[in-house]
Amino acid sequence: MAQKAIREYDAKSILAKHWDKYFPRFTYAYETVLVKNGPELREAAIDHSWLSSKTLVAKPDMLFGKRGKNGLVLFKDKAPGDVTLVKAANWIDSKTKEKQEVHFSFEGDTPSGNPSVDYLTHFIVEPFAPHDQAEEYYISATCVGDDDVLYMSAEGGMEVEEGWDEKVVEVAFPITATEAEIEEKIKANIPADVAQKDKAAFAQFAIGFFKAYRELNFAYLEINPFVMQGRKIELLDMVAKLDDTAGFMMVEEWGNVEYPTAFGMEEKSPEVLAIEDADAKTGASLKLTLLKPDARIWTMVAGGGASVVYADTIADLAGIEDLANYGEYSGGPTTGETKFYAETILDLMTRKKDLQGRDKILIIGGAIANFTDVAATFTGIILAFEEYADKMKEIGMKIYVRRGGPNYEKGLRDIKAAADRLGLWIDVYGPETHVTDIVRMAVEA
Amino acid sequence: MAQLFTRDTQAIFWNNNTTAIQRMLDYDYTIKRDKPSVAAIVAPTSSGKFEKFFYGPDEIMVPTFKTTAEAKAAQPQADVLLNFASFRTAYDVTMEALEIGGFSTIMITAEGIPERLARKMNATARANGVVVIGPATVGGIAPGAFKIANVGGTITNIVNSKLHRAGSCGLVTRSGGLFNELSNIISINADGIAEGVAIGGDRFVGSVFIDNLLRMESNPQVKYMLLLGEVGGIEEYKVIDAIKEGKITKPVIAWCIGTIAKYYDSGVQFGHAGASANAERETAEAKNRAMSEAGIYVPESFNDLPNKIKEVYESLHLAPIQEPEMNVVPTVRRSKQFICTISDDRGDEATYAGFPISSVALPSTGKGIGDVISLLWFKKQYPKWATDFIETVLKTVADHGPAVSGAHNAKVTARAGKSVVESLVTGLLTIGPRFGGAIDGAAQYFKYADDNGLSPKEFLGYMKNEGIPIPGIGHRIKSLKNPDLRVKGLMEYAAEYFPSTPLLDYARTVEALTTSKKENLILNVDGTIGILMVDMWRALGYAEEEIDEFISSGTLNAFFIVGRSIGFIGHILDEKRLEMPMYRHPMDDILYDVQMAQEI
Repeated sequence: MAQKAIREYDAKSILAKHWDKYFPRFTYAYETVLVKNGPELREAAIDHSWLSSKTLVAKPDMLFGKRGKNGLVLFKDKAPGDVTLVKAANWIDSKTKEKQEVHFSFEGDTPSGNPSVDYLTHFIVEPFAPHDQAEEYYISATCVGDDDVLYMSAEGGMEVEEGWDEKVVEVAFPITATEAEIEEKIKANIPADVAQKDKAAFAQFAIGFFKAYRELNFAYLEINPFVMQGRKIELLDMVAKLDDTAGFMMVEEWGNVEYPTAFGMEEKSPEVLAIEDADAKTGASLKLTLLKPDARIWTMVAGGGASVVYADTIADLAGIEDLANYGEYSGGPTTGETKFYAETILDLMTRKKDLQGRDKILIIGGAIANFTDVAATFTGIILAFEEYADKMKEIGMKIYVRRGGPNYEKGLRDIKAAADRLGLWIDVYGPETHVTDIVRMAVEA
Repeated sequence: MAQLFTRDTQAIFWNNNTTAIQRMLDYDYTIKRDKPSVAAIVAPTSSGKFEKFFYGPDEIMVPTFKTTAEAKAAQPQADVLLNFASFRTAYDVTMEALEIGGFSTIMITAEGIPERLARKMNATARANGVVVIGPATVGGIAPGAFKIANVGGTITNIVNSKLHRAGSCGLVTRSGGLFNELSNIISINADGIAEGVAIGGDRFVGSVFIDNLLRMESNPQVKYMLLLGEVGGIEEYKVIDAIKEGKITKPVIAWCIGTIAKYYDSGVQFGHAGASANAERETAEAKNRAMSEAGIYVPESFNDLPNKIKEVYESLHLAPIQEPEMNVVPTVRRSKQFICTISDDRGDEATYAGFPISSVALPSTGKGIGDVISLLWFKKQYPKWATDFIETVLKTVADHGPAVSGAHNAKVTARAGKSVVESLVTGLLTIGPRFGGAIDGAAQYFKYADDNGLSPKEFLGYMKNEGIPIPGIGHRIKSLKNPDLRVKGLMEYAAEYFPSTPLLDYARTVEALTTSKKENLILNVDGTIGILMVDMWRALGYAEEEIDEFISSGTLNAFFIVGRSIGFIGHILDEKRLEMPMYRHPMDDILYDVQMAQEI
């Protein structure tokens, strides 16, 4: 996926790095640290004296919002703005000890739906910034349809979310808009509620914000709220996504940014990480997602479109409970890359027998390839068979193959001969059989 | 534009992707196109001028260029750009092509172009009325007319899937792999496709479903259309709107893949980057339902799609398609090691640049050696004033007495008892920058000075800086007062027969300056020949770059080599006739100064 969420801390760091370019008339102190636990925070105070000299705000920085409603923003001990370093470190320690419940949706202040439960692992800590409600504003930008849209409001924080239609001004810009057009349009659309004396400054900030969003290749950028006190800006809360396909152009601009797994999502398994790593190193495409590792049907499908069609068909004909994984290989992977991909899947698949004692099913599917050499990729799969043949026989497995494209006759012949030689159960079909028909055969068998 | 491509469509292929280009040419041969579908290749890092490809059993040369601008200038009729640059450069290549202009379709294969760049590129193309196919696509095809790169896979599959001739379905998919699959399904259950495009898997692609379907609506070859969509995005709703508004009236069959996505939250990315539902409306099921309600033929599932195609196709009662004759691409082909573009000995009589030898060799033809040189060296028929000039040059340089180093070497070798050919090459090997090379040098430097508008004074200054005496200037004994009659004759001939002599005119102004410094710094015979050769080529209409290439490849030297061989052979035969003994140089003519070698 091209659009990836980043931590609030990284979003602020990127803006801070380019602050003078986009916001030359404003100042931002960039007093913020990211820590994993209390001791790290105490350690950070050695380099960041403000952690000891100022009162603090601490909150998890793990891609989820509604932290206030979840009771996960520390800004007061006895009264707002009295949180010391010691207090913040202790609070973080208390929150990391055991798994926490987090609700992603609320109706009013009441959580709706089931909470996600996971460990909190990253916290952002900043100085407490006293300010008037009137100094809070909202701004965000993202791409809607073909246009970039800038959202601005004179009110920030929770107010804006609950009165979106009345309080937010939306301004859309085509991708080809010039800087002059952008400036003019923003100046003409400053929310009416912004005080007259602040309108010019707000416009300046909004223009810089939108330029930063465009030029730094953000896919989504939101500050809610930001505080404007004369020339001084505070970024109280930020949400950002980057277009990671622009990463090669943004090495300097973004610095060392990470793309964390969302709270409550299972950490990626080592196998999935290994495939991701292999994918990053090849011009071909290798993708793997584990859905239900105990399930009966595994897929090893060539092609982005075909892999979806197989998943759809398995869900339709066998049911979603039977589908163990989703993934694809495409774009002409080498024999070695295919072998690695096949070994990873066979390894996962042969760890446990089917809970109901049935044979497992391996779908080696694919449409008619445009340019991928079928025999070459199948050679990789055959090498993996040789490695895992004993385990495959031990857990019981039926293999269904369907593929077409360059050199497919040889590929099909080779894989059939190899399976027969190794004593594996296999059925092999070419382009004369409908692409997903092997799923029907496998399920009906 | 009702049709994306015709049988005359030609493309410029950006990146020397030889496999994909060969597939295109195999397709061209199979469907008996008149011209190859790839007119030029842009290969920024290649050094050659062409790439060889098979065209059926034979080989053809496709010209290569370093830039899109050069390729487009050389092949202006090629209005399709197949942009096979990587995701890092694909944007720049597309934008440059849009700047150059003259392209009607640009196909972009790279996956993962930065979204902002992709959007800008797509918007700019749209504003310029250019159809963009991709990014992240395998391309498209107009069966029987033009095929992009790898679409359809191998030639066997293409024929099996009836992609070698137009059928009646208009096909639009996101996925490239399923495009191929659907072509096959359509060929089995109906009569093949009339035009097909895989729009590409990235989130932001140039032409979308509706763009392609509207074009197909106006393409009379297309009788019905098939749309294969995916979960995510709202493009399918634009098609629904077009049907409701009556902009699309032909039957449409459609299916959105990714019905599985509903079982998982957005954390699982199914399929392409563009395939991710942000709202209920964007799910595959919602779109399939909405399309069905709008009167689009939607099957029960993907597995059921073949039946739906058959049903719709049969309801149209179309006339059967006449199967055209095809060429068969040979399975075994061997690339040729050598290329010959000047003569051919395969027919009844060998030819020089297409002319049977007898038609230029016999006295009755009135042709001379100048004509033979113009055919074999330049593959052109030069006019008489030019062939006469060439012959004059050859005659003029044939010999310059026994004392010059080349002739001396030939004589010494002949006296050592060596054969004619051995003695001749000894003489020829002497030819170089100091002996005979002034012709090349004069042409090169005088042309450089003239091309760059240097005044004679500036030219002298330039040569002084280079530390080289001006080639073609200076004679041992001749001067303005005592002119070299060979030079005088050549100049008089040129004045009478050449249409114009700009470089000689310039050289004369240089000579005026050099002779004002020293009497014998005249334009000598080598200089005059080199300079007049340039004037000859200019008058014959060669471009300056072509003339530069003649000079740098040593063509001028070649005139001297051929001419002087006549003299060398004369000297060699003279030695043989006289039966002169082995030559040994007199010792008293050598200064001996040999020191004892020191130990180091």
